[in-house]
Amino acid sequence: MFETSLIWNDLWFMIQGAGTSLAITFWAVLGGTVLGIALGLARSVAPWWINAPLGAVLDVLRSVPLLIQFVLANSLKSIVGISWSPFLIACAVLALYTAAYCTEIVRGGILAVPKTTRRAARSLGMSYRQDMVEVVFPIALRVALPNWIGLTLGVMKDTSLVLWIGIIELLRSSQIVITRTQEPLLVLMIVGAFYFLMSFPIARLGARLEKRWREND
Amino acid sequence: MFQYTFHWRPILNALPDMLSGAWVTIQIAVLSMLIGTIAGVLLALARQSSNKILSGFATAWVEGARNTPALFQVYMVYFGLGSLGIHLDSYPSLLIGIAFNNAGYLAETFRGGLRAVPPTQMRAARSLGMSAPKAFVYVVLPQMFRIVFHPMTNQMVWAVLMTSLGVVVGLNTDLTGITQELNVKTFRTFEYFAAAAVIYYLISKVITLTARLIAWRVFRY
Repeated sequence: MFETSLIWNDLWFMIQGAGTSLAITFWAVLGGTVLGIALGLARSVAPWWINAPLGAVLDVLRSVPLLIQFVLANSLKSIVGISWSPFLIACAVLALYTAAYCTEIVRGGILAVPKTTRRAARSLGMSYRQDMVEVVFPIALRVALPNWIGLTLGVMKDTSLVLWIGIIELLRSSQIVITRTQEPLLVLMIVGAFYFLMSFPIARLGARLEKRWREND
Repeated sequence: MFQYTFHWRPILNALPDMLSGAWVTIQIAVLSMLIGTIAGVLLALARQSSNKILSGFATAWVEGARNTPALFQVYMVYFGLGSLGIHLDSYPSLLIGIAFNNAGYLAETFRGGLRAVPPTQMRAARSLGMSAPKAFVYVVLPQMFRIVFHPMTNQMVWAVLMTSLGVVVGLNTDLTGITQELNVKTFRTFEYFAAAAVIYYLISKVITLTARLIAWRVFRY
């Protein structure tokens, strides 16, 4: 049972796969967060006739399986005739997906600031900009950050789906190793440990932040 | 700018097949939710228990389900269990994988829900002469489900979206599986997957609306 044909090269191959997973996560979360903050701010102030269509579009991104979004984006690429690499497609699709969730998180955070607090800030003579920067953002951040951490971890786990459009990330690299060693359980256990190590410490941090900030309220 | 004719005919021809696939998708999602709910309640209880082995097992399940991708979990059931001599078809392995995932997420939801039910409720029920299991089932659980109903609806939508992972382990009877099969036969990728996306969207909308209707009927005072 403890004899294995797994060699260090295989492990290194999987670590490279994990690097690809993390790179996709990084770009997707970066793009998605910037877009999400912009859209979330817009949604918290926009009138209903902008808000409703925007919300509906973002809702579509959340109600269609990511796997299908990847395939659609990939075939749309060939239809439109742009030659993006699958890596770029994966980052773009995941960034839009992240933005769809991040918008709601940002909007929820801003709407969680009581109206009376904002009125108090304005009546103390703060300008709208000061009210946003000094009062709304610090309070909204406390509500939004734990959710944002959860979203980031979710996106990290969802990068496993990009194997379908031909990117060799952590899970796909493990499959390649399995075809060589024929020891699926052992290899998958290692992959599971990789994912767990990437996700669990940050999840813990998020839970801790949430708890600590709730106690201070 | 770009020359592409969107063909409606293949979609119309394939629609009956795709709808029957949608039915399989819904079946898997509902079954995985049922199993996940029951296992989730048990896990939430086990995590509170003073038995170290029981709570350790439950914690390992919950953290494992929450900190690894769902696709990995399906892989684990489909490929990993084979090493232990358990060979499952793609349908049961997808079902088990998603149910495992659902149970982990729901257990965490239920734990929050159980904490939100005042402990005095349990004591009141006990002092009225109800046995502990009876008090739990008739007094605590109904109040908990009222609190966790909305997160459970979200999880149900998640379950439907997760069934699309079946195609990766070779399932060809659910919506994504049938779509993929049509795709490799005809290479009309965009048309078929666009149609599948619309069907998935409609399914999740129907679930959300039905849940709102149920909440309005059942949970009003």
